[in-house]
Amino acid sequence: MSAGQVSFGRFVADCAAAGRLVVQPRMGFGDLRRMRAGLERTRFAAATTVGTVTIDSYTRVGAHAAARRALAEGTALNGYPIVAYPQETTRALLDGVRDDTFPVQVRHGSSRPESIIRALTAAGLDATEGGPVSYCLPYGRTPLRESVRHWARGCELLAERAPGTAHVESFGGCLLGQLCPPGLLVAISLLEALFFARHGIGSVSLSYAQQTNPDQDAEAVRALRRLAGEFLPAHVDRHVVLYTYMGVFPTTVGGARRLLEASARLAVRAGAQRLIVKTSAEAHRIPTVEENVRALETAAATAEATDTGGPEAPDTGVYAEARALVEAVLDLDVELGRALHAAFRRGLLDVPYCLHPDNAGQSRSWIDDSGWLRWSAVGRMPIRAAAPGDRPAMTSTRLLAALHTVARRYDH
Amino acid sequence: MALSQAARKVLLTGTVSDSHTWNLVFLELFLTEQGYAVDNLGPCVPVELLVRRCRAYAPDLVVVSSVNGHGYADGLAAVTALRAEPDLADVPVVIGGNLGLDGRDDAHRRARLRAAGYQAVFDDGDLLAFERYLTVLTGQPRTPVGRPA
Ligand code: B12
Repeated sequence: MSAGQVSFGRFVADCAAAGRLVVQPRMGFGDLRRMRAGLERTRFAAATTVGTVTIDSYTRVGAHAAARRALAEGTALNGYPIVAYPQETTRALLDGVRDDTFPVQVRHGSSRPESIIRALTAAGLDATEGGPVSYCLPYGRTPLRESVRHWARGCELLAERAPGTAHVESFGGCLLGQLCPPGLLVAISLLEALFFARHGIGSVSLSYAQQTNPDQDAEAVRALRRLAGEFLPAHVDRHVVLYTYMGVFPTTVGGARRLLEASARLAVRAGAQRLIVKTSAEAHRIPTVEENVRALETAAATAEATDTGGPEAPDTGVYAEARALVEAVLDLDVELGRALHAAFRRGLLDVPYCLHPDNAGQSRSWIDDSGWLRWSAVGRMPIRAAAPGDRPAMTSTRLLAALHTVARRYDH
Repeated sequence: MALSQAARKVLLTGTVSDSHTWNLVFLELFLTEQGYAVDNLGPCVPVELLVRRCRAYAPDLVVVSSVNGHGYADGLAAVTALRAEPDLADVPVVIGGNLGLDGRDDAHRRARLRAAGYQAVFDDGDLLAFERYLTVLTGQPRTPVGRPA
């Protein structure tokens, strides 16, 4: 079979059927040789892997001239500028490394993804990541309404240019990376997957990022799987992808490794099919290829040594909370893009600490003494805050302490 | 130059390619607690918007924050744009965060940022140094109490 016949989704499903967790780096370099070496080393790591091309910040915000200038001047970029490079360059980058046994996904963080989708499909790729909400609110100042329009078009473009194999992963399970209680992450991930399906994508993944407590996280991943079964059309291929912690990372090598291992155990225990790892360089700088490979192999070894299933964590209401949010959105409009926009405008979805002008900004969260992430204020969302409303006011010191909770615990 | 106690307005901004916001949420709280009125422009701020808001808000200080690794280049473009406007050429501008891609601060790039118009560069994100800078800027007497030696 030639490259592009076995889709990203199909590859992950086959691995899952064989009992293997797929692990994937967050990797992207402006330098071609490094990017190529990164893909090759990922492919041949001692783990079941898929490859990643992470796009740089200029390309993400559509500043392709700035990306071209950086290439011309030899300035380092924080990712691979897929639009600035000629399409033959990207084809050559992938040639002989990407095939049916090694799918490659493009990860980018753009609220206007069309040019990136054109560039990736022109290079023969068919898998990407994003979402109208999750690549908008955390990633800049594009109005949500515009992002919804661009993402609808982006999905249709991908479905048209990669018929039968197009895959899109929602970034909804991450949002700002930290301090967002699980119910909202699960709801947005589900809603975005549904959005992709309605815009012609036949294979999706739903994400969830590791938070502050493993039991709460396991419950959230199970809630996400259950909601996917209930809300996604039966013909849509789907799997769950877990992200190793996306907030402020431990600064020590040991701390970073322990947090990564905890995420691999969580992925297996809660039944995620794919895990995107973080490296020991996370708190400091863009990781090297070597550090990425080490993280992939560490995660794979831990997953290997972990038993699936195990005792179900007790139901503390993550599923009910996510479902209430999903239903509140779906009730607003038959057209999901409009419903999402209306939901944020009315504050029915409200991401804590998010500065985006289309976010109501009335919700707040905190981490309780047992490390559970809780709502302290829900704004107008149709859910309840767990904490009595007398939390001390947020100060810069308290915010930093909250942001560093996980890092502190693992760095010890 | 010491600022008067009455007018202490800070324009806080991310850089054009940087979408990170926890740094901005944190700095807004930090500066507010130091007694400043803060206009937080948010992430991914194009230089034209920065110039426009700077003119409209007339801040006593502009604080640029970047952590995505493009800070040296984007920060240079931001201050160059401000300095090119005669009416904005004197407003103090500082930058900080995690400015380069290699996780190290770099004396050469720091010097270039200063030469282009930054009054101070906190490329290791040093908050104590920033606090000392603010104290000098606002002309308050320095209190050694509670500071590490
Ligand atoms: C959360 C996070 C995200 C979230 C951000 C959500 C949001 N809207 O904020 C998400 C997941 C979306 C994200 C995306 C990306 N991220 Co990010 N992210 C992080 C992470 C994990 C934590 C950052 C954080 O929240 N810090 C908390 C705040 C309070 O701390 P801070 O930002 O460090 O700021 C402190 C100081 O620097 C200082 N400071 C900051 N500004 C200023 C200014 C002045 C004047 C002063 C005095 C001090 C100061 O004050 C703060 C308090 O101490 C860091 C890694 C880490 N630290 O663990 C990576 C990190 C910052 N991200 C990084 C990158 C590269 C990206 C991406 C480009 C993706 C990519 N290629 O990997 C995109 C951004 C796209 C874009 N257009 O910019 C890199 C930057 C690399 C570098 N500088 O060399 C890091 C270091 C990760 C890594 N190792 O690769 N990210």
